[in-house]
Amino acid sequence: MLGSIRDLAPIILVILFFQLVVIQQPLPNVGQLLIGVLFVLLGLTFFIHGLEQGLFPIGESMAHAFARKGSIGWLLTFAFCLGFGTTVAEPALIAVAAEAARVAASGDLIGNTQAAMNDYAQGLRMSVALSVGIAIGIGVLRIIKGWPLQWFIIGGYVLVVIMTMFAPPEIIGIAYDSGGVTTSTITVPLVTALGVGLASSIKGRNPMIDGFGLIALASLNPMIFVMAYGMVML
Amino acid sequence: MTFIDMLNQIGSTIATTFQDVLPIAAILFGFQFAVIRKPLPNIGRVLMGFLWVLVGLSLFLIGLEWALFPLGRLMAQQLTDPVFLASVNNAEVVTDTVRELVWTDYYWVYLFAFLIGFATTIAEPSLIAVAIKANEVSGGAIGIWGLRLSVALGVAIGISLGCYRIVVGDPIHWYIMAGYVVVVLQTLVAPKLIIPLAYDSGGVTTSTVTVPLVAALGLGLAETVPGRNPIIDGFGLIAFASLFPIMSVMAYAQISQWISTRGKAIPSR
Repeated sequence: MLGSIRDLAPIILVILFFQLVVIQQPLPNVGQLLIGVLFVLLGLTFFIHGLEQGLFPIGESMAHAFARKGSIGWLLTFAFCLGFGTTVAEPALIAVAAEAARVAASGDLIGNTQAAMNDYAQGLRMSVALSVGIAIGIGVLRIIKGWPLQWFIIGGYVLVVIMTMFAPPEIIGIAYDSGGVTTSTITVPLVTALGVGLASSIKGRNPMIDGFGLIALASLNPMIFVMAYGMVML
Repeated sequence: MTFIDMLNQIGSTIATTFQDVLPIAAILFGFQFAVIRKPLPNIGRVLMGFLWVLVGLSLFLIGLEWALFPLGRLMAQQLTDPVFLASVNNAEVVTDTVRELVWTDYYWVYLFAFLIGFATTIAEPSLIAVAIKANEVSGGAIGIWGLRLSVALGVAIGISLGCYRIVVGDPIHWYIMAGYVVVVLQTLVAPKLIIPLAYDSGGVTTSTVTVPLVAALGLGLAETVPGRNPIIDGFGLIAFASLFPIMSVMAYAQISQWISTRGKAIPSR
């Protein structure tokens, strides 16, 4: 609780400073605001407690179990399912896809019907989910093989830059942003625990060097897939 | 908002959070029982942990919806209002004929972007999770606060630069590509241990707290700055907020390495 108060204090200070000193207008709905801040405090406290009790242990114990089992096929299937399953249900992505479809329809890129918009939004969601699934799969394979992460990331950046030149301009902003919205609050701790757990149970891997990097791949790959989707569809 | 509305909203938020967690839980338990085929150690504690995460996340989201987002949106709107910007500079300007604004008139916006980017990143649950893990794995060599502060600084710089870009209307890809070049150059010289963690920091900053607040700021700016199109210029702050932490975390590692080698060099003389 004390930790959460310290975490939130900067936000509250910034808002109070701007509201009272710069904008100089009274705050609306003070009662609701106070309850909201209390909920944020309690929520953050519970979340971090649950993280240490539930999400971290299960991610690591599964990583160890898979490493002992020694079946790369199952591990990759699991990694793909985890990436795909968590992304397809991501509310931020659903919202962004619907918004993108609306923008595309109003710009006459796709037919201005509900069906065409649904198809487009569905296609966007699927390409992002697929790309995150594949990214976590590639990332896990990288941990097993011990390949250096920077080659993947730099290679990916180069691909993104090349594709930016050829992709339709309307898709670029959405593609760049879809990298950021894929990694949700529950996925990040699980995927981190999975990566670190794997790297620490495989001989010769350093959890610091090999354990991290799954999230980076899951943020990069959607940019490539969404631009590819735009190049095919638009 | 009435009390009943509040209860309704609490109920529906908990329901959606459950819905989001359900596929994750299904995948985890499906693989545990069908593929690994071993009982989970401490299953009771893990389930309780899940419950805490669910309750915590639901409360957190409700709180955001009730307190932080309305405030963030309101302030983004007020700060980007041309009347406010002009009258702060010169009280004699008549408010209905706003004079031509140049990019330096938006200094409150840049400062707000910097501070709100910093503050929301410090409170970001995903970043806290990754920082705890990194501290544990590195055996304390990477401090939880060192990582969180350097990521927050990166987001803060990224968002204020992103706001500047919206105000002047430069194309986004030049900034992003220049950023990539810096990242690649830093990768060559940064301590090897930090590189994967730095790359991950870009992805974790942009989630629950930061995205909606920052998106409101970007859209507010793009709507009020003359000649900007919200569709083309309003997006992209998130991309900046993902790129700059990579640089700041690598810089943090380079600086702390430099300090520790210098510290070691002096006594050996």
